[in-house]
Amino acid sequence: MKRIEIKNAKHYCSGEKITVYIENGVFTDKLTGDADEIIDAEGLTLFPGLIDMHCHLREPGFEYREDIKSGTASAAKGGFTSVCCMPNTNPVCDNAAVVEGILRKADQVASCHVYPIGAASKKLEGKEISEMGLMKEAGIVAVSDDGKPIATANLLKKVLEYASDFDLPVLNHCEELSIAEGAMNEGAISTALGLRGIPAIAEEIMISRDIQTAEYLDMPIHICHVSTKKGIEIIRQAKKRGVKVTCETCPHYFSLTEEACQTYDTNFKMNPPLRTEEDRLAVIEGIKDGTIDCIVTDHAPHHIDEKDIEFSLANNGIIGFETAFAVGYTYLVKTGEVSLIDMIKTMTENPSRILNLGRGSLGKDMSADVMLADLSQEFVYTKEEIRSKAANSPYIGTKLTGRVKLTIAGGKITYDELR
Amino acid sequence: MGLRNKDLLGLKQLTAEEIMEILDTAKMMKMVLTSGNKKTSHLQGKSVVTLFYENSTRTRLSFELASKYMGSASANITTSGSSVNKGESLLDTARTIDMMATDIIIMRHSQSGAPHYLAPRVKASIVNAGDGMNEHPTQALLDMFTLYEKYGHIDGLKVAICGDLYHSRVVRSNVIGLTKLGATVSVAGPRTMVPVGLDKMGCTVCRSVSEAVKDADAVMGLRVQLERQQKSLFPSVAEYARFYSINEDVLKLAKPDAYLLHPGPCNHGVELPTSVYDCPQSVINEQVTNGVAVRMAVLYLLMARRNQNEKN
Repeated sequence: MKRIEIKNAKHYCSGEKITVYIENGVFTDKLTGDADEIIDAEGLTLFPGLIDMHCHLREPGFEYREDIKSGTASAAKGGFTSVCCMPNTNPVCDNAAVVEGILRKADQVASCHVYPIGAASKKLEGKEISEMGLMKEAGIVAVSDDGKPIATANLLKKVLEYASDFDLPVLNHCEELSIAEGAMNEGAISTALGLRGIPAIAEEIMISRDIQTAEYLDMPIHICHVSTKKGIEIIRQAKKRGVKVTCETCPHYFSLTEEACQTYDTNFKMNPPLRTEEDRLAVIEGIKDGTIDCIVTDHAPHHIDEKDIEFSLANNGIIGFETAFAVGYTYLVKTGEVSLIDMIKTMTENPSRILNLGRGSLGKDMSADVMLADLSQEFVYTKEEIRSKAANSPYIGTKLTGRVKLTIAGGKITYDELR
Repeated sequence: MGLRNKDLLGLKQLTAEEIMEILDTAKMMKMVLTSGNKKTSHLQGKSVVTLFYENSTRTRLSFELASKYMGSASANITTSGSSVNKGESLLDTARTIDMMATDIIIMRHSQSGAPHYLAPRVKASIVNAGDGMNEHPTQALLDMFTLYEKYGHIDGLKVAICGDLYHSRVVRSNVIGLTKLGATVSVAGPRTMVPVGLDKMGCTVCRSVSEAVKDADAVMGLRVQLERQQKSLFPSVAEYARFYSINEDVLKLAKPDAYLLHPGPCNHGVELPTSVYDCPQSVINEQVTNGVAVRMAVLYLLMARRNQNEKN
């Protein structure tokens, strides 16, 4: 493995100019020989590599949308060095064999560390709990039925209890499906557009259910992609009284609103849907005061034939690896709402802590996961530069600030636009 | 003057001036329509295709006759009997029609926004003949034309619209159009059929049909879309008829000379009893004739815009 020296980089915390040495895939105080590669990071800021605890790599089964190779290449371009992929593959990642298959493939082709998340219920059917223990041995870091909520309170209770035997975090997509048959946020805009709506309470009712259950059992629960003001408030209050609840949001929930659906552009269609301006501001507030622990991408690649169609028929989801950092920097840091250090915490330290990954720091002997970014660079995100197989991004044509220039995962350069 | 856009997607996209121009043009078209010789040459050498993904009697036939009266080559496609049944996508279907040198595509689709999606992707002008729960602009235009003919103005009228507001594209287009022309609109229906934030479109949401109809210049019933009911939004037809129909007693609350409209087809005995359907205040049958006149006006103005653009 190469010996790498990064010089003249500005440390994202201290602001000091530092030199970083990497050997055998970890950070070190000094190299045992000459550096094979010297990276002059003049003008760039150095960060721990980003961790995305919620994405969809689509392999196995949906390789026409994305695969581990293209998905992680896209992640590397966005400064990510670790990603956790959701189990809604085909076959479903609900057994050790599929977990091993994903990890073996990742070992061969991935541009970052890949951590599979196992299904909470067999086949994601919401009936029986999955083989969590065997999947944990094979390498999963959490369980989730993502894409769907954990179907019933009874199943949730069993999942929380059983997962606790293996110290596996439980991540839940909160959506009360019986009132969520829609294509966008329910409100005056969905009414004016003649689209069926997904009301905010669909999310909030299930957040309440999950928190009540976790509190009753005194066990941890992690709420996926929170998007509503009241949902965040429910979590804030639960945290205050000591419930072991953590949660995440996505860049689109603090940068876009339901207004974007006015043109029936399906690149603004996802689940949970884009909400109101009031919700958007509440998401920012939640990140600010620490109610929201993590920013995740929910990277959800879809084929053009699944997106370039009538709005209600189009699949939910957008790609997000390549824009997450810049959207965060542009809408949180540049606006003065959140400090750079706090934002980075939600994309490194916090997901690492929730999932026990032992990553997300620049300390000695830690895995050499690094991102270098030019915080002064403004750029327009283009379709041509996308590394994902899919192009379903709402940010194409958007001017963003803070461009990822180089990524190193485990001591290997995985993305480089410096040369 | 004339229309600003290539397509007629909805009343959201039209200005008050454009709506008035359509209504004034429809007046002339109605004279043609009711004269002995209905044939004009406004669409001579042009082609119009109707593409209907949903059933229709009035809208499709009135567009087809309108285009034929005006001399165009006309054809129609429905889902049964076309490649749509073989699974061809909306986009491929529309492009196919477009590549046959079609000037105007009139489309009806079950998905809101389907015409908005197609419009920038084809050269032909798209006319929205009803998209999901979003809009049905030519229906609202013919409703407004009917009132315009009767009253000579729309400004200042009070219009009540009652029934299934949730699924109705007719109510959405009417609220937008009528308020743009200065009318006030009151709506009522079962609370389960009132979509969130409907009032933000500019109408008053009333607690009861009686409250909405009170002192109205015109009362419009909406069809209960039994085919769109995914789940029970009201307990039974009998209960609907008892509490939400526009019966004689309700109609008496409107102004004495108020007109009764209904876009059709009507579920007799549900939205309104047959006696009301046939009462002297009812202009439901006249609306059908006006539908042809308004659609002739729309086709005429869209084609005029195309011809103008060709010259430029």
